[in-house]
Amino acid sequence: MKFRLYRYNPETGAKPFMQDVELDIEPAGKMLLDALLAIKAQDETLSLRRSCREGVCGSDAVNVNGQNRLACITPLSELKQPVEVRPLPGLPVIRDLVVDMEPFYRQYRSIKPWLVNDAPEPEVERLQSPEDRALLDGAYECILCACCTTACPSFWWNPDTFVGPAGLLQAYRFIADSRDEATAARLDNLEDPYRLYRCRGIMNCVDVCPKGLNPTAAIGRIRSLLVKRRV
Amino acid sequence: MKSTTGSHTGTGTWLAQRATAAALALALPILIVYFLAALPADFAGWRALFSPPWLRVLMLLAAAALALHAWVGMRDILMDYVRPTGLRLAFYLAVITILAGSVVYLAAVLWSTT
Ligand code: SF4
Ligand code: SF4
Ligand code: FES
Repeated sequence: MKFRLYRYNPETGAKPFMQDVELDIEPAGKMLLDALLAIKAQDETLSLRRSCREGVCGSDAVNVNGQNRLACITPLSELKQPVEVRPLPGLPVIRDLVVDMEPFYRQYRSIKPWLVNDAPEPEVERLQSPEDRALLDGAYECILCACCTTACPSFWWNPDTFVGPAGLLQAYRFIADSRDEATAARLDNLEDPYRLYRCRGIMNCVDVCPKGLNPTAAIGRIRSLLVKRRV
Repeated sequence: MKSTTGSHTGTGTWLAQRATAAALALALPILIVYFLAALPADFAGWRALFSPPWLRVLMLLAAAALALHAWVGMRDILMDYVRPTGLRLAFYLAVITILAGSVVYLAAVLWSTT
């Protein structure tokens, strides 16, 4: 199979370039990550992240033929050749397919991704009704792979002021949680022209999410809450 | 990392954009039907067409809604693409001047007696 890989080595000072690679691999039943690891076995200088190799850890998000995906759950057989593999767009490249995720995590941190509850701790766990628990479906499954946020044009233009789809989906996850007491503060935190309202409903995020989640819907729900408390 | 520049509310401007869109969706069909129903040929005909006060008020309100709608849109574009604060404020000012000026000009034309 034919591949074109984005290569960049900061130590040589050379400009990034696309490297053509031929790999003898039978695509049936194999994933893109298998191919990348086989290429790395031939040329150990190729740098990439991966861990679980089954779509759970979110570490091997790359841009494949123009779309952000997890290499480990992208079947080789459905890819057009040459398979062009680039690092996630919109984040600084550290080396080859490895990007600096800090701008993404910084926005994630900014929504305080933990339960805020100052009530005295109960004897057992804080219970939720099945209905309240159901509100978290479609939000808690996010693996923070950054496929969505780095596909969002609004995040490309405003990485330091716009939270981005992944961060906003998690913001909603804690706003919706019946055990969290900081809903008002969480909404305040998103009430400005940038943090949520840079979302233009382009829906690239929905298109690429490897877990099939819908950040745009979550953003819409937060916006309804913001509007409701104003009018 | 809440931004310190820019206005304090995003919800207000978002609501303004939605509300003006809804108002325009109502007003524009009325105006279009009204004009198409009787397209006058001469100046006197045009003057007669614009004589009902309700029409002039509706046109002015529609223009104001359009200006507000356009302002939110232009502000969004400028926020995304023009980074230097001074330059952006200058653009804001230019857009506001043009939009507000157009509405005032329309009012002057609609209520001119000559
Ligand atoms: S819907 Fe919003 S968050 Fe999702 S890609 Fe579009 S602008 Fe970005
Ligand atoms: S919402 Fe989907 S695409 Fe975005 S970070 Fe979470 S799992 Fe990845
Ligand atoms: S290696 Fe964990 S998601 Fe692909």
